[in-house]
Amino acid sequence: MLDADFFRRWMTTAAASVDREAERLTALDSPIGDADHGTNLHRGFTAVASALETEAPQTPGAVLVLAGRQLISKVGGASGPLYGTLLRRTGKALGDAGEVSEEQLAAALREGVDAVMALGGAAPGDKTMIDALVPAVDALGDGFAAARAAAEEGAVATTPLQARKGRASYLGERSIGHQDPGATSSALLVAALADTAEADGE
Amino acid sequence: MSDRNLVGIVLVSHSAEVAASVARLAKKLAGGGAQVPVAPAGGTEGGGFGTSAALVAAAAASVDRGNGVAVLTDLGSAILTVKALLTEGGELPDRTRMVDAPFVEGAVAAVVTAATGADLAAVEAAAVEAYTYRKV
Repeated sequence: MLDADFFRRWMTTAAASVDREAERLTALDSPIGDADHGTNLHRGFTAVASALETEAPQTPGAVLVLAGRQLISKVGGASGPLYGTLLRRTGKALGDAGEVSEEQLAAALREGVDAVMALGGAAPGDKTMIDALVPAVDALGDGFAAARAAAEEGAVATTPLQARKGRASYLGERSIGHQDPGATSSALLVAALADTAEADGE
Repeated sequence: MSDRNLVGIVLVSHSAEVAASVARLAKKLAGGGAQVPVAPAGGTEGGGFGTSAALVAAAAASVDRGNGVAVLTDLGSAILTVKALLTEGGELPDRTRMVDAPFVEGAVAAVVTAATGADLAAVEAAAVEAYTYRKV
């Protein structure tokens, strides 16, 4: 079973990963975006880590709802409401249970990803974070490591795609040949989840 | 004349200058629009380009006269932030609606219509209709 501390460590692991990878995310966002993805997410996850420390939410759902709210208010770019909605909706789906099973997390994450698709209007194949998140959620039934591998494969597989959502879509065919920054950061978020589970020996 | 019953208008842009300037332009073109509560919410709190949920929420609260608030946005994170806030509930005044309209033309149409004392649905319809005015 996964408790609030597990979810808190997932978020702090994600914050550390975004801190480490911020320059790479911004570099990926330079040819096809506005070169702020790493900076924006770094600001958001720094706020998440700090809010989790001061507010100390007591349930898995509350951890993710708080993290999501921070991302919506602090990021400043489109990734804020998108990741914020992902975490907040996942957290709401987890309810107020003190512990949740991996199956419950998988089902809740599915709701979160569906909410992101509803908010941004992106579908798989549009060269967005959805291309990492959907395969990850699909693979989560086979464990956290499988989800991580699926997310990373999904992110890499965005390279030959033409963007159909977001700023990159204005570039048309010129968006082909670049890995999507949002799919890349989504893979980092899933990898942080797998790292947290591995550290627990889950 | 009291503006108590007028619909409020919020203009959300990635740029503080764009939001503030379109707000001034719309009020000017609306003539009697000086009475309409219009608030810009442009850029981030740090003064950069982007969208601030806090600035959007503050702008919406500042124009709420109890008769609804119409929110117009430019692109990307402006749209997604307002939608996420509306889905969240509790962050924006009751009867706040995101209006699907071209930013400049829609803002003018919304302010002109709101100045007549029209309700939120009429303000929204006028702003949305701005999409149909062809220029060529």
